[in-house]
Amino acid sequence: MTLWAAVLLACGLAYATKLAGYLVPPAWLAGRATARALGLLPVALLAALVGVQTFAAPGPSLVLDARVAGVAAAVVALVLRAPFLVVLVVAAAVAALVRAAGWAA
Amino acid sequence: MTTAPPLAPHRQRAVLRQALVVGLATGLYGVSFGALSVAAGLDFWQTMALSALLFSGGSQFAFVGVVAAGGAGSAAVATATLLGIRNGLYGVQMAGPLGVRGVRRLAAAQLTIDESTAVGIVQPEPSGRRLGFWATGLAVFACWNLMTAVGALVGDALGDTRRFGLDAMAAAAFLALLWPRLRGGEPWAVAVLAAAVAILCVPALPAGLPVITAAVVAVAVGTVRAGRASGRTAS
Repeated sequence: MTLWAAVLLACGLAYATKLAGYLVPPAWLAGRATARALGLLPVALLAALVGVQTFAAPGPSLVLDARVAGVAAAVVALVLRAPFLVVLVVAAAVAALVRAAGWAA
Repeated sequence: MTTAPPLAPHRQRAVLRQALVVGLATGLYGVSFGALSVAAGLDFWQTMALSALLFSGGSQFAFVGVVAAGGAGSAAVATATLLGIRNGLYGVQMAGPLGVRGVRRLAAAQLTIDESTAVGIVQPEPSGRRLGFWATGLAVFACWNLMTAVGALVGDALGDTRRFGLDAMAAAAFLALLWPRLRGGEPWAVAVLAAAVAILCVPALPAGLPVITAAVVAVAVGTVRAGRASGRTAS
């Protein structure tokens, strides 16, 4: 699949998912197990993405590098209730500093 | 469409102000999406297509994250689509309050995301829910696309983005999206399990698949446990 095909397919599926919500009868989601599983899905996906984005390197392999310091700083910012953008800037700045100082790759 | 009493002027201003604040705040992190997307190897127009057509921040970050890791296009599509399922659930919730048909329903569907649903659903009166949804959806759409373009142009000019810690920013973006959902023991358990499974799968599976595998495992375990718990209460 070319990158453009993947982009457009993802866009089409995203819109179909959104529209489906307006077209299904409300009773369709009444089954509690389905609703529960679908409710947990974003948590599971986002947590998995955090793990992979923090530790994965080409290879594919696992590495400990400056990203870990950046993510740790992001956790501190989140605990201190910093807004979304501040969390991102803190993470990037700490990782960049750790690299500039030569403490980690 | 049912006719609801019109919104009082002071309530109208309050809802519009909320919509604008949410739109501006969301737009600001559109900059980071644009920069990460071009750093991942997407070009300017592919980046803009995601913001205008896919228009769901989490799915967009996930798509470019998988591409950046060297994952297949199909894995990027699958991860983005799974993460977008929640928008379908928001549609189920908003269909009643919005009462839209025809072209307006097609437009409402595209604007159905975390932010528009959140601002819409919390308004006490029916006309407030409608105004909150539409105003927030349109404000976020405008700001998100404008700032994505800025980010994509800046990101192109940055060169080696690791030097600026943009790879750590990608991980932090997912963490910040996850954080408000970690209320209670069950989400925490699912999150820890999913992260652990994904990390362990990294050396064994092609890029993109660890995330999907981990999500399926974590949701399956969560559902089985929930089923057992509700079975106990029922008996």
